[in-house]
Amino acid sequence: MPKLTIDELQKMRATARKGIYLREGNFRGKVIVHMGTCGIAAGAREIMNSFLVEMDERKLTDIMFTTTGCAGLCSEEPIATIEMEGSPPVKYRKLTSEKVKKIFDEHIIAGNVVKEFVLGIGSERVG
Amino acid sequence: MAEKRRIELMVCTGTGCFAGGAFQIIDELNKELNLFGLKDEVTVVATGCNGFCGQGPLMVVIPDNIFYGWLEKKDIHHLVEEHFLKGRPVKKLMFKPPEEKEPLPLLSDIPFFKKQLLVVLRNKGIIDPEKIEDYIARDGYLAIEKVLGSMSPKDVREEILKSGLRGRGGAGFLTGKKWEIANQQTKTPKYFIANCDEGDPGAYMDRSVLESDPHSVIEGMCIAGYAVGSNEGFIYVRTEYPLAIKRMRIAIAQAEEYGLLGKNILGSDYDFTIEIREGSGAFVCGEETSLINSIEGDIPEPRLRPPFPAQAGLWGCPTVINNVETLANVPMIITRGAEWFSSVGTDTSKGTKIFSLVGKINNTGLIEVPMGITLKEVVYEIGGGIPKGKKFKAVQTGGPSGGCIPSSMLDSPIDYESLQKAGSMMGSGGMIVMDEDTCVVDVSKFFIQFTNEESCGKCTSCRDGSEALLEVLTRISDGEGREGDIEFLTELGECIKDASMCGLGQTLPNPVLSTLRYFKDEYEAHIKEKRCPALVCRNLIQYYIDPNKCVGCLLCIKSCPTEAITGESKFIHIINQENCHKCGQCLEVCPPKISAIIKVTGSDMENLIQLSEIISCKEWKKNHEYS
Repeated sequence: MPKLTIDELQKMRATARKGIYLREGNFRGKVIVHMGTCGIAAGAREIMNSFLVEMDERKLTDIMFTTTGCAGLCSEEPIATIEMEGSPPVKYRKLTSEKVKKIFDEHIIAGNVVKEFVLGIGSERVG
Repeated sequence: MAEKRRIELMVCTGTGCFAGGAFQIIDELNKELNLFGLKDEVTVVATGCNGFCGQGPLMVVIPDNIFYGWLEKKDIHHLVEEHFLKGRPVKKLMFKPPEEKEPLPLLSDIPFFKKQLLVVLRNKGIIDPEKIEDYIARDGYLAIEKVLGSMSPKDVREEILKSGLRGRGGAGFLTGKKWEIANQQTKTPKYFIANCDEGDPGAYMDRSVLESDPHSVIEGMCIAGYAVGSNEGFIYVRTEYPLAIKRMRIAIAQAEEYGLLGKNILGSDYDFTIEIREGSGAFVCGEETSLINSIEGDIPEPRLRPPFPAQAGLWGCPTVINNVETLANVPMIITRGAEWFSSVGTDTSKGTKIFSLVGKINNTGLIEVPMGITLKEVVYEIGGGIPKGKKFKAVQTGGPSGGCIPSSMLDSPIDYESLQKAGSMMGSGGMIVMDEDTCVVDVSKFFIQFTNEESCGKCTSCRDGSEALLEVLTRISDGEGREGDIEFLTELGECIKDASMCGLGQTLPNPVLSTLRYFKDEYEAHIKEKRCPALVCRNLIQYYIDPNKCVGCLLCIKSCPTEAITGESKFIHIINQENCHKCGQCLEVCPPKISAIIKVTGSDMENLIQLSEIISCKEWKKNHEYS
């Protein structure tokens, strides 16, 4: 490693920031993949993988990925919920890698819900 | 290969958690993550001290911000499957305040963290201390960039002076002023020393800074060197801190590799090198001039001042010595400005201070709070109060050089002046909480024993004075206190303060003087009534079995190492005081719902023991008549 100049240090800082973006917690949205036993059996792990690959390809740092248990509609798995800042959560049904790609571009990036894959918008009431 | 990381597990690997098995937890986590095929998605990061040491080994899950404590190897399999695979956080590993039913999942909801303000520890638990990239990503080396790019040494000194930053090592001298004095010296070379010879019992602030964020100290030193015209720095750290030393060595090597230390830093014409010097752990080396002697290879004894180290220090050259916590503040002051820094704190004490909160307190750990916060907030809100519902008695601040502050002063703010007024001092930041079961004579004896052993022996007042204090205190706690002891302790204490050369001697009577000031009645009870109100001093207490409560279960008899307890099954047991060594074992084993064993002191001893013998004799006869 050659000695750094001020410019190089600044460049290095910009790169290094991307390396720790998870810890800074500035997220615009959240993708929740349902990982109940039903979800895993229907291929939820592969769906999570597709989301993460898409994320990496687009070099984004403002979306977080998490998992949760069964959503209750096991026949519609794999299901994922997308929560973008300021809008109600959207659940997508019977996901595939192709659907994930489309959801990523249209919903997460452009902000338009991909209606044809939607299971429901909003969440159940908590009594 | 795509980068698929979505969770980071920030596992604390400070000395406390390290000792608690943090690295075994990390191995187990990696093994289980592999097993579930999650190793690309979930990464384990070994961080420095998280601060909540009482909960260690611990980790924080990023980005969920969920805090898990008291981790054990056997929990890891379940944790990885439930939380990291299926997204269901595990409640039983979360922190639960003692009196609450539900745990608090989020780190930000835990009161221990909520009241803190992080300046020096801004990167704790967020960066891997062995990776310079992590530090740089968190605006690391931004200050040195600013300094070398656009500030003159004079600008830097003025900025630090304006910020009001004072030395965090104890005395609280204005840092900017110290730098100014060193800068005025014409003699070269000038040296810069970071003091990490942290010796107070129960204090570990400086160690944690080196362990969790070593680069912040390097950057602070680098800026300081530029400001005072020094090109050579030393970090003096005690050899008992192996982890801190290891991380510091790694950090220095990385900084050198990137040209952030060495010749022509960041392409400028400023050179600065740092060398680590390990001390052997003599308490007196925390004192500036002794530390200088130690680096020079001499016996660590203080030198007469003036000349001050800033005028003639290491090898007779102008030398600035700053505490590591002070230095870790410097980059933040430069990046965020003196005004921001001085907006935190009180009129005379600016910024934040790190304390290690230990003793009889629910949440043991390392905290950083704004100056001016009250002791009450620290003890009850951050510290979570006293365990087992006991009463707060006093808090000892400033280690062996500090004093005890009683409950009546809990509302006083924490700053240099208020603590001094209360008869204590800021010190380096040790904070030992004592409950009603702590005897002040015993505590004073402990601290004087410590300073007596650590006295370098140069000044008679400190060497023999501490010996005399210890002798009298031992006598008092042994029940052989005499009329006039209190006056003697006070007078001798004041003399030692006046006649000693360095900070060690000048402050060593503080624990005695402050307890005499606030708890004089306890000393008097020891001396006049031969009574220890806190039931601690062995010669003044006796263990006693309440015949009305004893069910004759034999547990205490079996546990007694000196066979001092007599009795048979279902017969009341009696302690034979002559054989009793007062180890307290019987009290530990007596079942809580029975609690027949109590400690007594003073006149209660005679009365109860006689009573016990009478009742036991009667009981014995009664039982024998029936059988």
